[in-house]
Amino acid sequence: MTDKIESIKALLQSEVFLLMLVLGTFLLGIRLYQKLKFPLLQPLLISVAIIIPFLKITGIEYEIFYQQTRFLNFMLGPSVVALGYVLYEQIEHIKGKVVSILTAVFVGSIVGIVSVILIAKLFGADKILLSSLAPKSVTTPIAINIAQNTGGVPELTVAFVVICGLFGGLVGPMILRKLKIKSKVAKGLAMGSAAHALGTSRALEMGALEGAISGLAIGVMGIMTALLVPFVEKFLL
Amino acid sequence: MIKGLFHILFFYFLGEVLSILINGFIPGSVIGMVLLFLALFFKVVEPEKVKDTATVITKNMALFFVPPAVGLMAYAEIISKSIWAISLAIIVSTVLTIIVVALVQEHFENRQLKKKNDDR
Repeated sequence: MTDKIESIKALLQSEVFLLMLVLGTFLLGIRLYQKLKFPLLQPLLISVAIIIPFLKITGIEYEIFYQQTRFLNFMLGPSVVALGYVLYEQIEHIKGKVVSILTAVFVGSIVGIVSVILIAKLFGADKILLSSLAPKSVTTPIAINIAQNTGGVPELTVAFVVICGLFGGLVGPMILRKLKIKSKVAKGLAMGSAAHALGTSRALEMGALEGAISGLAIGVMGIMTALLVPFVEKFLL
Repeated sequence: MIKGLFHILFFYFLGEVLSILINGFIPGSVIGMVLLFLALFFKVVEPEKVKDTATVITKNMALFFVPPAVGLMAYAEIISKSIWAISLAIIVSTVLTIIVVALVQEHFENRQLKKKNDDR
């Protein structure tokens, strides 16, 4: 009997159980978010807030958890590629606005990277931290790739991306109101450029066009930032 | 679904190959995204083939963030050590990005509108 209990305990570290745990907590997160409509309660956060204490209590190490859920981690790559389709779908909305959209996101990307690096440097952040911070406005899978390429720590980058997305999604609509921005394209573009998918979910609440443009901004910002980060870091680090 | 996934993996793979050729300067996934977009735009790939898979994957993107976000637990110490630098940098930079992008885009559109009115 005791060895059966041991086997069941070992199951807690298995692929089946840990994948089930991630999906289950994420589903719970979606439920809570839809019920409470509170922008801070993103499904991602709820899932993480349950899983971290669970791993701590059961003594499962992060390395094991990461190994067993690597299927989900792998899907980050294809999800970025799939954004190519989302871009294509939005092509109607950007006719005649390509130059302005590219310029706006380009300027936004430079301002975002330079400001985050300079401020963090001023407060004594080291090089690894700076490289992990630089891609914070970009959707996670792209940000992870950028951080890996420039010597940052992917796990830190994910944390910064999530914090940035939550914060941008929260204050974005307020800032846009204060600035009296009228253009729906400008609103969506700002939300997606600064706060990726989490900004887009807020942009969708403003309207369909804002949401679509915000989705487009995720992709454009990702490409621009991937191109710009190595250059900016060469000058600032 | 399988057809869509195959196409996405195909462009992902192509992107990774090109990424190696340019010394990893741009992530393979980003190159793959651009290649997929171009293939759709120039009608090399029919949109219908990737539509379902791409929509499902991108709508649930946040799910794929869970494993690396749990990795936070391994880095709690580093983060709490530089908590001020991190939070201030992220807050200011995010606000600036929102302001700059919105103003530049609005400025462009106003100018376009004015030009149209002047032409009339």
